[in-house]
Amino acid sequence: MITLTSPVETVFHRVPAGVKLGLLCVATTGLFLLGSLAGQLAALGLVAALYALPGARFARAGLAALRPVALFAALIAVWHLATGTVAEGAVIVLRLVSAVALANLVTMTTRLSDMLAVLHGLTAPLRRLGLRTRPLELAISLVIRFIPVLSAKGAALAESYRARSPRRRPGWRIAAPLAGVALDDAERVAEALRARGGLSEGAKR
Amino acid sequence: MKRISERDVVMIALFAALVAVLGLVPKLTLASGIPITAQTLGIMLCGTVLGAWRGAAAAALFCLLTLIGLPLLAGGRGGLGVLLTPWAGFFVGFPVAAFVAGLVMERMRRLPVAVGAAAGAVIGGIVALYAVALVWYMVAKPADLGEAVTIAALPFIPGDIIKAVLAALVTQALAKARPGALPSRG
Repeated sequence: MITLTSPVETVFHRVPAGVKLGLLCVATTGLFLLGSLAGQLAALGLVAALYALPGARFARAGLAALRPVALFAALIAVWHLATGTVAEGAVIVLRLVSAVALANLVTMTTRLSDMLAVLHGLTAPLRRLGLRTRPLELAISLVIRFIPVLSAKGAALAESYRARSPRRRPGWRIAAPLAGVALDDAERVAEALRARGGLSEGAKR
Repeated sequence: MKRISERDVVMIALFAALVAVLGLVPKLTLASGIPITAQTLGIMLCGTVLGAWRGAAAAALFCLLTLIGLPLLAGGRGGLGVLLTPWAGFFVGFPVAAFVAGLVMERMRRLPVAVGAAAGAVIGGIVALYAVALVWYMVAKPADLGEAVTIAALPFIPGDIIKAVLAALVTQALAKARPGALPSRG
């Protein structure tokens, strides 16, 4: 499964995931409290420096990850130009870009396994209360496994649709058969899980 | 408390995967220039097919996996940055939308599947989702209601109405193909 983690090894990769997430919370709160334009400009400069640190290849990947934000930023900018509140708009756009860039930085430098470990740690209090978190962990692995499976089945459905129809793109028309496939697969996988001891495995620990 | 069954866990997981896969369906662009994807269609289906709590769990699972770094949102977006735009309410509201859609579907048990699913998709996937999204926009940006409606709601309404109709058609097609297999009516 492709993740958003950057293949370029950076110093940030070595910082523990929990620490990065904590720092992100603090920095984001700070950004939202910071009301001055100069302050927001300085913050954006700082974020840019963090991206520049690991080298040009990483910085380019970071910039590409920010592309969807450009549309949002443009929409906000247009609104503030139209309503004549340019200074306020500038603060909001700068804050938006910095906040998303910082969050992306954490995502790009934290492996999925490390994130899952943090999640496991966060759910520890639930386990102490006697709630089982194994269903959640099982569900996460199932989703990761079944995205490529459903994707391939969707592609096969689209292929057969094209073979039958003069239309080129099936679009939403594969949604119904694909949802049917998901329901059928769910029955079979549940059966297989039950045959192997199911969710009770956690009870042995 | 009722024990969660293997079947529930697997169904929740597979519908979370379905929402992700529907995000890959090539998007079409409306006349207003706003791209629409089948992803919210997937969220509506979570509710109308699985029912309230299983649907909400599937949507929440999808959100969780997106946040921890899988590029599951349409256009290959994902990661924690998703939470930080003023539009994040449309993402955070997914479990709420699926829950309400499922609740409506379950309450309208006596009506035909297509009617219940259409009502569920509109009330959950549009009314409930937009309520979350608008409040989020007003707090996160910050903005007043007029701005939030203009920028965060109106441009997406036409696409979401189309998707609500599709959700009803898909749910009905499923009910016909697999009589008695619709967990929301089970």
